[in-house]
Amino acid sequence: MEIFGVSLPGLLSQLLLGLVNGSFYAILSLGLAVIFGLLNVINFAHGALFMMGALMTWMAMNYLGINYWLMLILAPLVVGIFGVMVERLLLRWIYKLDHLYGLLLTLGLTLLIEGVFRSIYGVSGLGYDTPELLEGATNLGFMIMPNYRAFVVLASLVVCVSTWYVIEKTKLGAYLRAGTENPRLVEAFGINVPVMVTLTYAFGAALAAFAGVLAAPVYQVSPLMGQNLIIVVFAVVVIGGMGSIMGSILTGLGLGVIEGFTKVFYPEASSTVVFVIMVIVLLIRPAGLFGKEK
Amino acid sequence: MNFKNTANIGYGLLLLALLAAPFLGAYPIFVMKLMCFALFASAFNLLLGYTGMLSFGHAAFLGGSAYMTGHALKVWAVTPEIGLLLGTLGGGLLGLVVGFFAIRRQGIYSTMITLALAQMLFFVFLQAPFTGGEDGLQGVPRGKLFGLIDLQNDLVMYYVVLAVVVAAFMLIVRTIHSPFGQVLKGIKENEPRAISLGYDTNRFKLLAFVLSAALAGLAGSLKTLVLGFATLSDAHWTASGHVVLMTLVGGLGTLSGPIVGSAVVVLLENKLGEIGSFLASVTGVEWFNTLGESVTMVTGLIFVICVLAFRRGIMGEIIEWLARRRAANAGA
Repeated sequence: MEIFGVSLPGLLSQLLLGLVNGSFYAILSLGLAVIFGLLNVINFAHGALFMMGALMTWMAMNYLGINYWLMLILAPLVVGIFGVMVERLLLRWIYKLDHLYGLLLTLGLTLLIEGVFRSIYGVSGLGYDTPELLEGATNLGFMIMPNYRAFVVLASLVVCVSTWYVIEKTKLGAYLRAGTENPRLVEAFGINVPVMVTLTYAFGAALAAFAGVLAAPVYQVSPLMGQNLIIVVFAVVVIGGMGSIMGSILTGLGLGVIEGFTKVFYPEASSTVVFVIMVIVLLIRPAGLFGKEK
Repeated sequence: MNFKNTANIGYGLLLLALLAAPFLGAYPIFVMKLMCFALFASAFNLLLGYTGMLSFGHAAFLGGSAYMTGHALKVWAVTPEIGLLLGTLGGGLLGLVVGFFAIRRQGIYSTMITLALAQMLFFVFLQAPFTGGEDGLQGVPRGKLFGLIDLQNDLVMYYVVLAVVVAAFMLIVRTIHSPFGQVLKGIKENEPRAISLGYDTNRFKLLAFVLSAALAGLAGSLKTLVLGFATLSDAHWTASGHVVLMTLVGGLGTLSGPIVGSAVVVLLENKLGEIGSFLASVTGVEWFNTLGESVTMVTGLIFVICVLAFRRGIMGEIIEWLARRRAANAGA
């Protein structure tokens, strides 16, 4: 069967690849939104944290023989602790300043982290094998589905939806949302806001690292892998607006799918389509699809 | 001696030094490159330091204009002044488009928009046939200025670049001190108040954006004319980060800051290898020898230090120090 001259299985496999990319956009833009909500910092280092997750997975396998599944937990943990240090040692000092200093500080941090890894691993990609359990593909009849890609989409969805649930439906999330609205009032109720801020940044960092681990077998692992991704994620954030968690998730996934389809029908535009959509959204709805800010 | 005189003497000395530089053993091409970056940073500062808008898309204007000028000189064989003019107009035009979208949102969102649009332009340059893709545009001829003055001679080229950069810098100074510049400052301090005073702040912001982009474009065009090539790396977002760093190191919102900052950053990057070998020989730590290859790492470190501890930048600190001394003298 063919649609617009493209075979259906081919189309569906691009759709799945788009969903994989979209999952990364969703997790990363979700983390950016949560961090921005409480810290008022646009975390440029999100791409570098993503890269750390992936590279750490590669290092653990090659130096220590630690397998993929363990890293799926360990990498976010380590990067989360790194996030605690970043927040405590660096970000803490700039909350009272203009937003732009947060962006510049995290940009510097990005260059620093990428520079360190670059001086060791260079810029060429390192391969990481798909974990054995998820090797191969399943024939669904209408398409051949690579198991690992399906796993990435599923794992991302679980993480995203759990995050949404915790923030929107639990008491902890209520504190977090209240802290976003008015941190001083929340503090007056006896909640330790500085600790909450630290943990929020650590959580965002851990999310990015989790996405990095998922990405290790899909992309080439390299010190620069987070660089271009973070800019696309910025566009995703502009399109979706950072006011809504579910909005971030849906926008991320949707744009991934659109990008996947563009690769099929008009490959030349696949690297720019997200930016073009951003332009259109800015023309029609300047505040973003789910935006609440003025 | 009042502050204005001190500043004027400083600029006078700098101009003298630049006029004499080729005879004092400075490598003209390198000084020309420095001047291009100084102009680029000054143009950027017009926007961030005096209007309060952080653009992360200035690489697109620098790189885009470099391609336009390169194409005009090489393929259309126009004279250099027309090439520069086209590059500047092209930069302004790109600025108009990017600025139009950037001012639709406020603050940090606006920055993200400029970054995203510049990245889009980067991919366009990567794929467009006239840019030469990853190889860049090579072998751009310098030609004859007004069809008369041969620019092949580095010394002639040097004084042409100096004249253009000084003229552009004076335009920036004039803009800042004009009523238009005062409105921009007002927008930076308090946009809602500027609106309530009846200013259409979006129009002012857009105009500042276009001017800044056009001058950044001029810097890119000059760079192509001097070096004879235009590369993709000038259009990459790291070049935007670079210009932010230059401005920050030199001093945000000071006229002289971007000049000093660009000189410091460019010199540092060029000499990093030597600094590294020096540190290695002094401390005996072998690792310092590799410092020359770790430019990004050092750049990142300077960024972090500047934001945390040195937000006024070099010239900002000096101006602050002079002002304090004057206040102390007046009090005594």
